[in-house]
Amino acid sequence: MAKTDIGPPDFREMLPEVIKKNYGKWKYHEILKPGVLKHVSETGDELYTVRAGSPRLVSVDYVRDICDIADKYCDGHLRFTSRYNIEFMTPDENKVDPLIEEVGKLGLPVGGTGKCITNVVHTQGWIHCHSAATDASAVVKAIMDELYDHFTSMKLPAQLRISLACCINMCGAVHCSDLAVVGVHTKPPTVDHEHLHALCEIPTTIASCPTGAIRRHSDKEVKSVQVREDLCMYCGNCFTVCPAMPLADPDGDGVAIYAGGKVSNARKPPMFSRLIVPYLPNNPPRWPELVSTLKKIVGVYAEHAQEDERMGEWIQRVGWETFFRLTDIEFTEQHIDDFTHAVETYRTTTQFRW
Amino acid sequence: MGKETPMADELEKGPWPSFVKQIKRAAKKHPSANDLLNVVELSYRDKVTHWKHGGIVGVTGYGGGVIGRYSDVPEKFPNIAAFHTFRVNHPSGWFYTTKKLRQICDVWEKYGSGLTNFHGSTGDIILLGSPTENLQPCFDALSEIGFDLGGSGSVLRTPTGCVGPARCEWSCIDTLNVIYDLTMEFQDELHRPRWPYKFKIKASGCPNDCVAAIARADFTIIGTWRDSLRIDQDAVREYVEGGLDIQRLVVGKCPTWALEWDEKARELKLKPQDCVRCMHCINKMPKAVRPGLDCGATILIGGKAPILKGANLSWVLIPFMKLEPPYTEVKDLLLKIWDWWDEHGRTRERVAELIQRLGLKTFLRAVGIKPVPQMVYQPRANPYVFF
Repeated sequence: MAKTDIGPPDFREMLPEVIKKNYGKWKYHEILKPGVLKHVSETGDELYTVRAGSPRLVSVDYVRDICDIADKYCDGHLRFTSRYNIEFMTPDENKVDPLIEEVGKLGLPVGGTGKCITNVVHTQGWIHCHSAATDASAVVKAIMDELYDHFTSMKLPAQLRISLACCINMCGAVHCSDLAVVGVHTKPPTVDHEHLHALCEIPTTIASCPTGAIRRHSDKEVKSVQVREDLCMYCGNCFTVCPAMPLADPDGDGVAIYAGGKVSNARKPPMFSRLIVPYLPNNPPRWPELVSTLKKIVGVYAEHAQEDERMGEWIQRVGWETFFRLTDIEFTEQHIDDFTHAVETYRTTTQFRW
Repeated sequence: MGKETPMADELEKGPWPSFVKQIKRAAKKHPSANDLLNVVELSYRDKVTHWKHGGIVGVTGYGGGVIGRYSDVPEKFPNIAAFHTFRVNHPSGWFYTTKKLRQICDVWEKYGSGLTNFHGSTGDIILLGSPTENLQPCFDALSEIGFDLGGSGSVLRTPTGCVGPARCEWSCIDTLNVIYDLTMEFQDELHRPRWPYKFKIKASGCPNDCVAAIARADFTIIGTWRDSLRIDQDAVREYVEGGLDIQRLVVGKCPTWALEWDEKARELKLKPQDCVRCMHCINKMPKAVRPGLDCGATILIGGKAPILKGANLSWVLIPFMKLEPPYTEVKDLLLKIWDWWDEHGRTRERVAELIQRLGLKTFLRAVGIKPVPQMVYQPRANPYVFF
């Protein structure tokens, strides 16, 4: 049996020589063009990075392909970013163009820097997840095919981060993105009374519900639970602890869009994304309703926001009423919060726009 | 390939690199990848997932790191009837040698579907799809090449940090080292579930927060500084001469009016006491403005996604902490937090939700931290005060 608790490999063994030598000594950087960074050290050393977009789901042969490139140009080192991009690094400026060419041969776009739409952080979806209310990889592919030019250019007012979670568990933690796509259920779970007692712990199941919608079955002979449908907001928590309460539904499931979040502290503090479109249908393989809505929002933002203004900063400045007017998105009762911190979102001033 | 997959095939088109091409590439060698392609096609047709809920699988000695996954249509797709996932702990900063990457590829080609994520959203390398009987041998082989599993379930999840001092001039702390150190120190907490729910640690080197530590980690480490920004006036002038509208795009965007552009003296003036270290001027003029030299970290607590009681951004817990090896202060604090949370937390209650239920005051007392104004935007407005 193998050794346990050895932990990951020591990162120091993974670093290229030029980074080992200049660790902690970097002085400044420039974006030479979309996808190409130049870092300059206090020692005078330079490091060039070529950033390439990658699908999150890849084959081992693909990984070997990118290793071949790194062997040829980067002394056998490479890294990935927190958004699945691949970074090829070299101290030799002359290797930048050949690198870009090789990356292009693999069909990978070079970009994802500065005022762009970089790779979409996302979850597993129908590839691998039991609680997915939508797919992830296909939706992301459809979105990025449409917004591709924003990956390879830097023409937006500021960077625009798109993330996708295939259910509101949000293992992608997308809740602070400029644009977040979230898979949603819109129908209460069906309870499998026959099997529930064998599969689930009833008190845990009852306790799992954030709105207290789950009760013990009214017939004491039935070892199961009942759902008060008027209290259910389809979060799927009960399903997470109790497989006998599935809520996936081909017609009820779909996607919602949230907007205006960010994590950076630059200028305004980090902010949550807010609901802008409560529901669009799942329409595989390319989710046209979703993609066209996102494209429209990006266009409106690009046209109206000031330089360096993130989506949320722009919306704060012009007001949500302006955002809904400019994007022509309908404001509905779903947009008004009724969960734990709801009242903080109600307006307490006569200052607003028409 | 067998069956027709028109909807998946559609996703081979278009300029963005296609995951379907990747599945098909793996399918040339792995029947399981071929079944995966077909089950995804089925999901596109049915508009629901075809994976069943959970299933406990694992490797000897660990309570996590492998996610059990079973198909709900095993009769149609026998090669993915059981299709479990490994989370493999990545090296800090996601740096690799190609030698190490090729070793992982070889192991995964032998024991799994040949499909993987670089990386999952928490940061692990995800090895996607292994039959139950291959789990232990695959883990053994991973261990042999120097890799270990990441966290899953009610454990410390794989800690993650930004690229840090390896390739960023703004990093106020050694994110790679602190993440590696904490990961090694808390191996037991990472592999053996004992807590109410998951616990995440992330470290960003500066307030730009490239790993979204403030939104995604229960325990958030963000590099910062206590002294003043460093300004190179010659470099500032170069930006201005190069056409940067410094008044509008730098001075005008400073959230606390800490900057002033003296047009006459051609100098950027700073009131250090007014600067809240937001990074905007640094981001705009990386050659001219840099973080200070008295560096450390702000520690924040409680970031999480919505499940269960709503999403949180982390709250300031310790405005400034020097962060140097062996990181004793951070480790002691973590142990205190875990003790309190483990003692009082309900099943599936994240630390932020426990703090909300019992009060920040109770939490601060439990971990022995004195309240300071940096913890809040503003004091309470209501008169319902306990003494």
